[in-house]
Amino acid sequence: MTTTPQPVLKVENLVAGYVPEVNILNGTNAYVGKGELVGIIGPNGAGKSTLLKAIFGLVTIRSGFVTLNGKDITGLRANRLVSKGVGFVPQTENVFESLTIAENLQMGCYQNPSLYPSRLDFVVTLFPELKKRLGQRAGSLSGGERQMVAMSRALMMDPHVLLLDEPSAGLSPVRQDETFLNVARINAAGVSVMMVEQNARRCLQICDRGYVLDMGRDAYVNTGHELLNDPNVIQLYLGTLAADHKAG
Amino acid sequence: MADDIAAERASLDETAIEESAADAYPLPDPLWKGDIGPGCAKVDPILIADSVRKTFGGLVAVDVEHVEIPRHAITALIGPNGAGKTTFFNLLTGFDKPDSGSWEFDGTDLAGVPAWKIARRGEVRTFQLTKAFGGLSVIDSMKLGARDQLGESFWACLIPPLWRAQERGIEERALELLKQFKLYEKRDDLALSMSGGQRKLLEMARALMSAPQLVMLDEPMAGVNPALTQSLLGHIVRLKQQGMTVVFVEHDMHMVQAIADWVVVMAEGRVVAEGKPTEVMKDPVVVDAYLGANMDRDLGEVVKEIRASYAASRPEGGSAQ
Repeated sequence: MTTTPQPVLKVENLVAGYVPEVNILNGTNAYVGKGELVGIIGPNGAGKSTLLKAIFGLVTIRSGFVTLNGKDITGLRANRLVSKGVGFVPQTENVFESLTIAENLQMGCYQNPSLYPSRLDFVVTLFPELKKRLGQRAGSLSGGERQMVAMSRALMMDPHVLLLDEPSAGLSPVRQDETFLNVARINAAGVSVMMVEQNARRCLQICDRGYVLDMGRDAYVNTGHELLNDPNVIQLYLGTLAADHKAG
Repeated sequence: MADDIAAERASLDETAIEESAADAYPLPDPLWKGDIGPGCAKVDPILIADSVRKTFGGLVAVDVEHVEIPRHAITALIGPNGAGKTTFFNLLTGFDKPDSGSWEFDGTDLAGVPAWKIARRGEVRTFQLTKAFGGLSVIDSMKLGARDQLGESFWACLIPPLWRAQERGIEERALELLKQFKLYEKRDDLALSMSGGQRKLLEMARALMSAPQLVMLDEPMAGVNPALTQSLLGHIVRLKQQGMTVVFVEHDMHMVQAIADWVVVMAEGRVVAEGKPTEVMKDPVVVDAYLGANMDRDLGEVVKEIRASYAASRPEGGSAQ
């Protein structure tokens, strides 16, 4: 990156964990610049999802700071964070299955219902397929469509930053690609995004910058394409399977 | 006397494994006979399914007219979400009952046979969502996977000399497999203390304890990090070299292309395409329904196009706050 964008969301020396005295994050540093799409990858158990949960107030933070546009938001509760402009899409159970798509979107801005008409416009411009199906129950949607509704729901409060936990998990290749492109559309529309992903190659292809977490620390940080070609990252994390296949 | 027999059995088991490792099981070339396509006949099938149908209410989950799985080969079962792959696995392994249909494994009719009997005949499977014995240690979970244990009989269990040697053999085999799957250090930990990816590996290792003929793996590498996946592919190929037949469901096409000899594609409950990996992945039906047009593209390029079009006409309100 030649110009460093102003950080929207920043975590500094974050230490957090679920059980007393067992830390999952061991001093993680990361930030999302304004308008940036940032990817977070790493081996199983590295603390990727825990990082998002800690930012979103779902895991106890033992030390370190989380700031949003320079203001301290460390340890605030999730509903406060939503009203301050942090959107979060969990990996599973991210829609209200018994509600319609429209009702899901209304739930997204229950703290400020007056936003509904303008934000609905925003998400249906992003995802025109939603428009025809607003009355459909979210429980009847396929995995990729569900992910689209969940992301739209999180966009209803017009967040400064959107946190996504493994949006492509469990989807077939074509649906994964669609989901990644949907994330890119959200970002292109001006929303800063921090995305944790297990499909590391795809994630690094679309993101501006990527972090590799290992043992609860940010082990590598660089542009997505630099990380894709970094021999250390390939050896430790990405593997060469995809590259072998391309060469062969 | 009984002790000797048990010891002999255990050593026989071991030599059998060593021999088969050296022995190659050459695949017939080609694998199929007649016209290649959905439901085509194989030269040497280990599993043949006919008119297998399963509905959930009005939804037809599986409607497979005919499919044959080639022996000693690695077959990948791919298809979109909801294509019926896992349900088909459940039916073939006795974990679910079909509305109609029949299938035979190694010449024996298996329709209606319960899961545990199917496993004893040498057809074992793993699950997409792992089912670990959380309260057991890793090594104990592994030992449970071995079949025909002499100590399982009520009377024999009272006389340790009857089963001690076999038990020792089982333990050695378990430790050997744990080493292969990079779980050796974890052998005394409780299964529930392991991460999702590690449970996946434990389940695969445990399935191999029964020395099966046919191993069916449901998304074995989902949630396992890419570098480890790669190192594990060698183990799956080695199963083939030891004479096992492998069928696996997977969304990772690089993995499919790296190890599969044959690919079966399901969509909406049916088998819609079959063939060698390179050819199947060029099939327009498969590209359209499953792989997507961007399969071999760097998504970064597509994103650049999206960004360019948004820069031209930015929707209102994106960063309004």
